[in-house]
Amino acid sequence: MMTNTGNRVTQGQFSFLPDLTDVQITAQIKYALQNRWAVSVEYTDDPHPRNTYWEMYGNPMFDLKDPAGILLEINGCRKTFPNHYIRVMAFNSTRGVESPAMSFIVNRPETEPGFGLRRQEVDGRAIRYTVHSYATDNPENERY
Amino acid sequence: MGQDTNLGDIQTKIGDPGIDLGELFRDSHIREVLDQLDRELVGLKPVKTRIHEIAALLLVDRARKQIGLTGGAPSLHMCFSGNPGTGKTTVALRMAEILHRLGYLRQGHLVAVTRDDLVGQYIGHTAPKTKEVLKKAMGGVLFIDEAYYLYRPENERDYGQEAIEILLQVMENQRDDLVVILAGYKDRMDRFFQSNPGMSSRIAHHIDFPDYSVDELLEIAELMLTGLQYRLSAEARQTLGAYIARRITRPNFANARSLRNALDRARLRQANRLFEAATPVSVDALATIEADDLLKSRVFEDEAPPQSQKN
Repeated sequence: MMTNTGNRVTQGQFSFLPDLTDVQITAQIKYALQNRWAVSVEYTDDPHPRNTYWEMYGNPMFDLKDPAGILLEINGCRKTFPNHYIRVMAFNSTRGVESPAMSFIVNRPETEPGFGLRRQEVDGRAIRYTVHSYATDNPENERY
Repeated sequence: MGQDTNLGDIQTKIGDPGIDLGELFRDSHIREVLDQLDRELVGLKPVKTRIHEIAALLLVDRARKQIGLTGGAPSLHMCFSGNPGTGKTTVALRMAEILHRLGYLRQGHLVAVTRDDLVGQYIGHTAPKTKEVLKKAMGGVLFIDEAYYLYRPENERDYGQEAIEILLQVMENQRDDLVVILAGYKDRMDRFFQSNPGMSSRIAHHIDFPDYSVDELLEIAELMLTGLQYRLSAEARQTLGAYIARRITRPNFANARSLRNALDRARLRQANRLFEAATPVSVDALATIEADDLLKSRVFEDEAPPQSQKN
């Protein structure tokens, strides 16, 4: 049974919605900046849900006042990695919180092959399940 | 202020569709900023005129947008040239606020940088550094002090050129995201533009900051002291006039900045005088700077002018 018909990776915010437009992205970033969260742009070509740490594009951006600067970086990243997953993260550095406050995907490959379920028989009749991304069958940078 | 009549004229000319520029003007609360500018900045006639012109332009632009006339956003990159202490940074700060109120800038903050903040120390260091500064300035004003240091013709491997190129690119492509203001001494700025014609053509407004006259400096001094809750005694006011007249001819005269330093030293001497008097001091005495505090300045010593900056 396939519940995610578009085969789209659903991670972070807004991932069940159609792709955000630049105007919508700008509005989200503006909200993050209003809360004084540091925004960064990250990319990866391994969409496994446990792949938590993506590569950072450029330096983290502190002390920005306006979303235009971040949009500039997003577009730079899109140009460099047109077929990677790119997400925007907002980090809340308040003492005691210190964790990402927002995370949403702003770019995804044209075709997403999706995930397969792998079964491993262990200890007699017991079965272990694991999720495998078809994309990762190919080496890095040749996945999409 | 000539502003009102200007706007009134335009309003009658527009006539029929009935966009009330006066109302737009009031809504933007630009009046307070312009008034404050007139109040707090002494002299600087050409600067104020230009700011009023820019304000009028942006207001009309906004009105045009309301009735559906679209013209691209005007380029507002500027160059402030003038001697030290003529108020370039102060005006840049005000400019950021004015442009914000007029809806040209989204945030209206000012990021002040010099060569060090833009140019890196090794290959590949400059671009990220410059970009970071530019990103910080987005939505506001990027103020580059002593911009001519970016270009060092004597060293062809200097990274300044790289910073200039990135700057030019952003100035052109993201015109509605930030305003770049270059500042520096007149002659060196001119030479800078001569060797960077691309930069010169992308800057729409070249504004000259004239030197202050003695009277203007005196007025500035009183404004400064009022801000600090001091005042001059009548005698001290005259002495200050004489002081300024002498100080102007000395080397290293930096207009309002020299004046502020002089006043700071006068405050120092006043404090010392009150302290040494060892009698109870009145509120009046605490707030008043006397002629004596100024007369002790080295500028009044009639020997040959010392070359050092202390005076």
